[in-house]
Amino acid sequence: MQELTPDAAIELRGIDKSFGSVHAVRGVSLRIAKGLITGLVGENGAGKSTLMNVLYGLYRADAGEILVDGEPVDMASPGDAIGHGIGMVHQHFMLVDDFTVLENLILGAEGGLLLAGGLAAARAELARLAREYGLAVDADARVADLSVGEQQRVEILKVLMRGARILILDEPSAVLTPQETDRLLDILKSLRDRGVTVVLITHKLREVMAATDRVIVMRRGEVVADKPTAETDAEELAELMVGRKVRLDLDKAPPRRGEVMLAARHLSLTDARRVRLLDDVSLEVRAGEIVGVAGVAGNGQTELLQVLAGIRPPGGGSIEVCGRKIDADHPVDPAEMRVLGLAHVPEDRLRQGMVPAFLASETSILGYQDRAPFCRHYLLDGPAVSRHCAQLMERFDVRPRSPGLRSSRFSGGNQQKLILAREMAREPKVLLVGQPTRGVDIGAIEFIRRELVKSRDAGCAVLVVSVELDEILALADRILVMFDGRIVGEVAARDADERKLGLMMAGAKPALGGVEGAA
Amino acid sequence: MSAPRRPLPGWAEIVMLPLVNIAMAFLVVGIIVAIIGVDSVQALKLLVAGALGSSESIGYTLYYATNFIFTGLAVAVAFHAGLFNIGGEGQAYIGGLGCGLAVLALDRWLPAPLMIPLAILASAAFGAAWAAIPAWMQAWRGSHVVITTIMFNFVASALMVYLMVNVLIAPGSMTPQSRGFAASAALPSMQAALQWFGIAVAQSALNLSLVLALLCCAGVWVFLWHTPWGYALRTMGQNPEAAVYAGTSIKRMTMLAMCLSGALAGGVAVNELLGVHHRLVLDFPAGYGFTGIAVALMGRGHPLGIVLAALLFGALQQGGAELSFEIPKITREMVVVIQGLVILFSGALVHLPRPWLQALFARKA
Repeated sequence: MQELTPDAAIELRGIDKSFGSVHAVRGVSLRIAKGLITGLVGENGAGKSTLMNVLYGLYRADAGEILVDGEPVDMASPGDAIGHGIGMVHQHFMLVDDFTVLENLILGAEGGLLLAGGLAAARAELARLAREYGLAVDADARVADLSVGEQQRVEILKVLMRGARILILDEPSAVLTPQETDRLLDILKSLRDRGVTVVLITHKLREVMAATDRVIVMRRGEVVADKPTAETDAEELAELMVGRKVRLDLDKAPPRRGEVMLAARHLSLTDARRVRLLDDVSLEVRAGEIVGVAGVAGNGQTELLQVLAGIRPPGGGSIEVCGRKIDADHPVDPAEMRVLGLAHVPEDRLRQGMVPAFLASETSILGYQDRAPFCRHYLLDGPAVSRHCAQLMERFDVRPRSPGLRSSRFSGGNQQKLILAREMAREPKVLLVGQPTRGVDIGAIEFIRRELVKSRDAGCAVLVVSVELDEILALADRILVMFDGRIVGEVAARDADERKLGLMMAGAKPALGGVEGAA
Repeated sequence: MSAPRRPLPGWAEIVMLPLVNIAMAFLVVGIIVAIIGVDSVQALKLLVAGALGSSESIGYTLYYATNFIFTGLAVAVAFHAGLFNIGGEGQAYIGGLGCGLAVLALDRWLPAPLMIPLAILASAAFGAAWAAIPAWMQAWRGSHVVITTIMFNFVASALMVYLMVNVLIAPGSMTPQSRGFAASAALPSMQAALQWFGIAVAQSALNLSLVLALLCCAGVWVFLWHTPWGYALRTMGQNPEAAVYAGTSIKRMTMLAMCLSGALAGGVAVNELLGVHHRLVLDFPAGYGFTGIAVALMGRGHPLGIVLAALLFGALQQGGAELSFEIPKITREMVVVIQGLVILFSGALVHLPRPWLQALFARKA
């Protein structure tokens, strides 16, 4: 694009890729500058992952060419990409939990019939990398015992050990706390300072602004901007990504709190191996307020939502939903919860909230399939279901407006909007929302957050669980922080900031400013 | 977006892919037949003529297809719930026990309009009960239905041998079979039924069970795609977590799916005992339960596809019998090999030709 950039580590010329009728990448030409960190941003479906998968040899481009260090190359498989010094760190780790770090590192490069040789070589190589890049990891630790941030470091080491000089990271911070993310960004900077070229695929503009040297914005399969990070700002990038002005900050009126609609009292839960999942959790959500539950993934939020939604019976303690008391002796299933007036947007929409293989119209009645007007005389009324789905799509701007399309064919944001629409359609008294905008594009994030606030203003008691701190900060009127199955603190939204919450999420300062700290 | 290849159009997926699979199976069959020294074109002609050549052979083809429809539907219903019911064989067998007990107890007193529906219900109920035990063990005890339903086939077989030899055998009989059913428990043959309408067809084993089988197809279609229970059942099969989220009890739904599956397998007993043997006999399921797995797979779990697949397997069964009669070199075992190859290509290797077809369509597009 610009001719005066430094040497290109990678140059793409006219890359074009279609999947059926979807034109995912439209004649993209770009240069990834050598020895810099380049951010690749764009909404879901903008084509950034497709483009990187073409570069990594996972997909073949329909047209165009790839140049590495100025030489045209043929990327037929990831093997070719690795051969040209390109390495990719995927969003989901590809590690064997029961293996040690060293054993994981030699996976696929075992070096002969006996492991000893390969292990020794890997140990020496690991020591060199640790020296050169400051990437220290205990070689003999079991991967399962490492923190998520350390596991990610192992993934990066794996790629570097294969001789990668160009590192592509796909949404690397999705699973990290803010502090861990900062550490990751430091590592990326130190890799860059030692000559590694880094491509960071992300939708978090904060990271782009904090760590990248250049930023490339994609929209609808095309590059819409390619400029030094210093010459832009987050607002401009968001606007470029979406193609219009975006306002993620919400102007919320102060909450008008009503009665307690949802309460948990001394809730506890242990799994089959007697590991404590929830430990003396107490909380209250009143009509007309949004309570946010912050925490690093895996600290009991998932289980809390499951218990509150009736998916798992509480082990000890009780919950109260719209005045009905529920405990281990009087459990209630999710269908009864819906009758009580509770609706639930689950954390994992693909596994819980919908059936990808079903039509959108079928997804639009999941959990409500045996109610009028969908079910009459023991039969599903197909036209009524389709009409209902069309109405939901209209109200929540789900695109495309096709009730007859398979649910899996919608983008993440539109799937989430459809699920939210389904759960909000009956005007529930209590709304549980897990990860409201995970994997959702910016335009949809804006919409979903506004709808949640609208629902609050209409008098619904809303509980939002999210691992995205900025989301909790934007939405919640009160914030609870979970760590290790406990609620370790409560903060009013106006007193909260990312650093304070981040420390509590890491378990560093239990009960900081807390009202009901349990530790 | 994630699939690197363009999916096939719906009609090609449903029509062309199975046809290519069958063609490949027959190609391999032709090679094998040629190796044992038989003219494969001649053998194919005999096979087709044996299955479809006359009104009588068509009757037999449809009679076999009836059994395959029942067992194919049985496998499909369980499969839509994410359960692999390998126990159709045993459920059909025990369904036969229910049928036999009902008829032997009541056929002297009840007229046909009461006896036959009752016997059909008894077949279904016993088949369902035999499937309910593995279902219960999976739902509450966590033992996998694939394992337990296979084991229950053996249990059913042993139980039936014991009962037939020691309890239900007709007094004074040398072969382990019950006394003959009274005429009130005989399902009319298709020949007789069509004669009421003035249509003449040759006598064969085909009886009104075919109508029952087709009604079951319609019933399964309505149940799976047009009732809230069918919806919940399919949700569980696709995504058990979503079913739990929706408030469906996995335990109860597992029971429901398996019981329906077992009841459908019981249809084989209706066709065989009420329609053909007119007495309780040993080993009447004769592998229909197992072939039902292939029928359900080939029919993509859809009643219409199952009817088509059942017709194919019925034709193979009937044509194969004729073939081995005409050409002694092609033994019964050889016919089983032919069936096996069709199952292999349309079951295990079903996706093999898809990339070729996709490439073909991509070039055309």
